[in-house]
Amino acid sequence: MKFAKGCVVGLCASVALVGIATGASAQTSACLITKTDTNPFFVKMKEGAVAKANELGIKLNTYAGKIDGDVESQVAAVESCMAAGAKGILITPSDSRALAPVVEKARAAGALVIALDTPFEPADTADATFATDNFKAGEMIGEWAKARMGDKAADAKIAFLDLNASQVSVDYLRDQGFMKGFGIDVKDAKKIGDEDDPRIVGHDVTNGNEEGGRKAMENLLQKDPGVDLVYTINEPAAAGAYEALKAVGLENQATIVSIDGGCPGVQNVKEGIIGATSMQFPLLMASKGVEAIAAFAKDGTKPQNSEGLDFYNTGVTLITDHPVDGIDSISSDEGLKQCWG
Amino acid sequence: MKRDPILTARGLVKRYGRVTALDNCDFDLYPGEILAVIGDNGAGKSSLIKAISGAVQADEGEIRLEGRPVSFRSPLEAQDAGISTVYQTLALSPALSIVDNMFVGRELRKPGPLGTWLRMLDKPAMRAFAREKLNDLGLMTIQDIDQAVETLSGGQRQGVAVARAAAFGSKVIIMDEPTAALGVKESRQVLNLILDLKAKGLPIILISHNMPHVFEVADRVHVHRLGKRLCTIDPKKHTMSDAVAYMTGAKQPDDVNEAA
Amino acid sequence: MTDMTQTAPPRGQSFEHDLEKSDRTVAAFERTKRGPLGTIQHGLHGNPTLVPVIVLGLSIAAFGLIAGGKFFSAFNLTLIMQQVSIIGILAAAQSLIILTAGIDLSVAAIMVLMSVIAGNLAVYMGVPAPVALLVAFAGGTGAGLMNGFLVTKVKLPPFITTLGTWSIFYALNLWLSGAQSIRSQDIDKAAPLLKFFGNTIAIGNARVTYGSILMIVVFLALWFLLNKTAWGRHVYAVGDDKEAAELAGIRTDRTLLSVYGLAGLVCAIAAWASIGRVGSISPQAYYEANLHSITAVVIGGISLFGGRGSILGALFGALIVGVFQSGLRLADVDVLWQVFAIGWLIIIAVAIDQWIRKVSA
Repeated sequence: MKFAKGCVVGLCASVALVGIATGASAQTSACLITKTDTNPFFVKMKEGAVAKANELGIKLNTYAGKIDGDVESQVAAVESCMAAGAKGILITPSDSRALAPVVEKARAAGALVIALDTPFEPADTADATFATDNFKAGEMIGEWAKARMGDKAADAKIAFLDLNASQVSVDYLRDQGFMKGFGIDVKDAKKIGDEDDPRIVGHDVTNGNEEGGRKAMENLLQKDPGVDLVYTINEPAAAGAYEALKAVGLENQATIVSIDGGCPGVQNVKEGIIGATSMQFPLLMASKGVEAIAAFAKDGTKPQNSEGLDFYNTGVTLITDHPVDGIDSISSDEGLKQCWG
Repeated sequence: MKRDPILTARGLVKRYGRVTALDNCDFDLYPGEILAVIGDNGAGKSSLIKAISGAVQADEGEIRLEGRPVSFRSPLEAQDAGISTVYQTLALSPALSIVDNMFVGRELRKPGPLGTWLRMLDKPAMRAFAREKLNDLGLMTIQDIDQAVETLSGGQRQGVAVARAAAFGSKVIIMDEPTAALGVKESRQVLNLILDLKAKGLPIILISHNMPHVFEVADRVHVHRLGKRLCTIDPKKHTMSDAVAYMTGAKQPDDVNEAA
Repeated sequence: MTDMTQTAPPRGQSFEHDLEKSDRTVAAFERTKRGPLGTIQHGLHGNPTLVPVIVLGLSIAAFGLIAGGKFFSAFNLTLIMQQVSIIGILAAAQSLIILTAGIDLSVAAIMVLMSVIAGNLAVYMGVPAPVALLVAFAGGTGAGLMNGFLVTKVKLPPFITTLGTWSIFYALNLWLSGAQSIRSQDIDKAAPLLKFFGNTIAIGNARVTYGSILMIVVFLALWFLLNKTAWGRHVYAVGDDKEAAELAGIRTDRTLLSVYGLAGLVCAIAAWASIGRVGSISPQAYYEANLHSITAVVIGGISLFGGRGSILGALFGALIVGVFQSGLRLADVDVLWQVFAIGWLIIIAVAIDQWIRKVSA
C-alpha cells in the first residue's frame, strides 16, 4: 500500500477502524449449546466447533446446561442466541421433545438449527441432525461379537447393560442395533426388553457410569453366572462390568463390547478389557455443523440427510485388536490417535 | 430473727436501648424460704431473674451469693455456682430418658480406661443417682427410669426438671411460672413438690402470676414495680387484692420491708 | 411418696379448699392401662429400630419365597451387603446430621470429591497412597466443618447450606477430574491401597468384601459414640430441642460443629470404600446418592425432625432397600417398579414415624 505513506496518520487510523467495524457487523455469528460442559464428549465437540469457527471466521458463542437433562438452561441459551442474532444454532438437546417449541421460534426468526448427537423428536424439529448412527454403532459390535464367538454364538449367554429406566433413543438404538447385528429378533425396535430370544440373560440399567455398570453386571450374573457376552451402553459402564466379572473370577469367560470411543475406553480395548468398541466422532459433528452454518449464511443452502436416514451420519468406526473377516475395523493404537477425552 | 440472706442484689441496673428494665433494683433471699416474685407484665421481674440466673448481665450493681460477690456470664456459670433455674419450658429433651435428662451436661464416665479413653458413660451409676434423687423428692413410684420424658405427664415432667435442678449441689432454685401450663390437680402436685424442697432446706425463688398459689406457699412476697422492688410483704398479713393493688400502683404499701 | 396431708396448714387465702380432699401425692410415675395397639406404639417408641428390623426380616422371608434359592443364597445375601455398603456408610453420616434435625444434601458430593482428590494425588501426582488418603480424610472433615460453620455461625438452615455446598463440591469434583474417570488398571499400578476395601473374604459361596465389613464397623462405632458417650447424648438433646439443650448446659454450637465435621470424615471414609467397590474413580457416579442415603435413614426409622431413632436403623434401612432391589430384580420386575416400591417404603416409614411420635402417657 504505497499511497498509505502519504496519508495523515489519524485519517488512516479512522479508515482502518471503519473497516474493522463493518467487518464485525458482517461476521456470521453462531451458537453451540451442549448438554454439559464437563463431559469429555462435549468438551471435544466444543473444541471442534471452535477450531472450525476460527478457520471460517465465524463468531461462536458456547453455552451448556448444568447437568444432562437441564432443559431450562438450554431454553435460556437458545433465547440468548436469538437475541444475539445468531445465524445458526448447534444444539445437543437435553430433552428431545421439551426443547421443540423454543427451537421452532428460533427457526421462525431465521436461524438454522442443527441438532448434534441427539436428534429431536420428531427429527424435523431441527433443520438437520448431525449424529452418530447409534443403531449402526450397536449393529457393528453385534456383528463383531457374533463373528468372534463363531459357533458358540448360537448358544451365547448375553447380558445387556443399558442406560436408564426411561429408555431414551440412544439407549434403545444401541441396544436394538446390537441385537440385530448379533442376529436376535428385536420385535419392536423402539422397545428394550420385549424380545424372547433365550440367549438373553437379562437387561439392567447403569446410568452410564462405572458404579452402575458394576452393580448391573453383578445383578445379571445373579440371574445366570454363565454370561459370556456383555453389551454395554458406554465405556464407563463396560469398565464397571469388568470389575464385577473380575471380582468373581469370570473376566476371561465373558467378552465385553461397548460404544463411545473415549480415550480411557480405547485404552481398555488395548488392554483387552473391552473386546470391541464403536467410536463416534463428536469433533466431526461440531465442525460439520459449523461448516453447514457458514454455507447457510452464504447462500441459504441447508444440509442434506445421509441416504436412507433422517439425519446426517457423522460416522462410526469399530475399534478392536481382534479384527474379523468382513468387518472393517482399526486397531486400538490407531484408535488412541482419534479418541476423544 | 435476723439471719443473713443467702442471695442479695444491690442497685441492679439493666437498660435495653432507651428502656430501663431494672432501675436500681434490690433483692434479698433468705435461707430456707420460699420467696415469691410478683409484678405486672413489663415490670422487669423477668430481667431481674435473668440477671440472677446469669442469662443476662446487669449494667450496674452487685450480686452476692453467701456473702461473696459473683458475676455470671451464662446460666451455666450460675448453675456451677449453685443457682439452678427450672424454666417455664422446663428445658427437657422430650425424646431422651429421665436419666439422660437429669445428667445432660454433667454425665458420669466409667472409671478406668473405658471412661478415659473410650469416654464411656457409667449408666448404672447415673441410674442409681437419678433414682435416689427422685426418691428424695418423693417421686419414687418410677418404674422405668429409662422412659422418655415425653411419655410423662406435665406434673411428672416438672418433677424431673426440679429433681435435676436440686440434684447437683444447688444452693438456690429459681422456678419460673411452674404451674402456668398445668391443670388444677397437677398444679397441686407441683406446689407440694415446692414445699418438699423447702422442707429439705433449699431456698426457692418462685415467679408466678397465680396469686392463690403464691399466697399458699410463699413465706415472703417481693412485689416488683417499674423496674425495682416496691416492697416485700408477708402473705399472712395481706390479702391478694392488696398485692394486686401494690403491683399496679393503685395503693402504696405502708412499710416497704415489713417481711424482711 | 411423702405424706404431706397434715403438714400443710391453711395459708393465706387458700380458696382451693375443695382440693384438700383430692389427690395429695406429688408427681408420681405410674403405668396406665393401654390397649394392644397402644402397647405396640409404646414398644416401638422405646425401641425405634424394631420397625426396620421387622421389615427387613419379613422382606427377606418374602423374597426368599418369591424368588427362591437364587435370592436366599449366601452369595446373594453377601452381594446385597456389598451393593449397599457405600450408600450405607453415607447413610451413617446422614444419620448423624438428621439426628440433629438437619439434613445433608452434600454427603455424596463430599465423598466423590474426596475420592477424586485421593486418586489424583496418588495416581497422577505420585503422592504415596497413605498420604493421599490422609489428605482426603482431612478434606472430608474440612468440608463437613464448612457445612457446620455455615449452619452454626452464619445461621443458615442446613437444607440451604448443603444444597449450596452440594453444587460447590460437585463443581470442584468435575474441575479436578475433568469429568474423566481414573481407570481401575491405572489405580492398580500406582496405588493399590486405594482399592483396599474391594478385597474379599470368601466363605463358601459368601463373598464378604472389606467394604461390607467397614460399613458395619462404621455403624457400630457411631452407635457407641451416640449411645455410650456424653457427646452422643448431647447430639440427641440438640436434635430434640436445641433451646432446651442450651438451657440445660450444652454448648450446642460446638456439638453441631463436631457432628458436621464427623459426618464429613465418614464421607471421606466412604470415598475410600467406594474406590474399592467401583474399581475406578468415577466423578459421575453417585450423583443421587445423597437422596439414597436419606431414603435409607428414613426407612430406618430415624425422625427427620431430629433427636429420635437409632443409627443402626439406617443400616437396616439401607439393607431393606438393597433387599427390595435384589428381590424384585430376581423376580424379574422392571426397574421402574423397583423405584415405585422404594417410594412407597419411604412414605410408609415416615407415616409410621409420625404415629410413633404421637405416643403419650
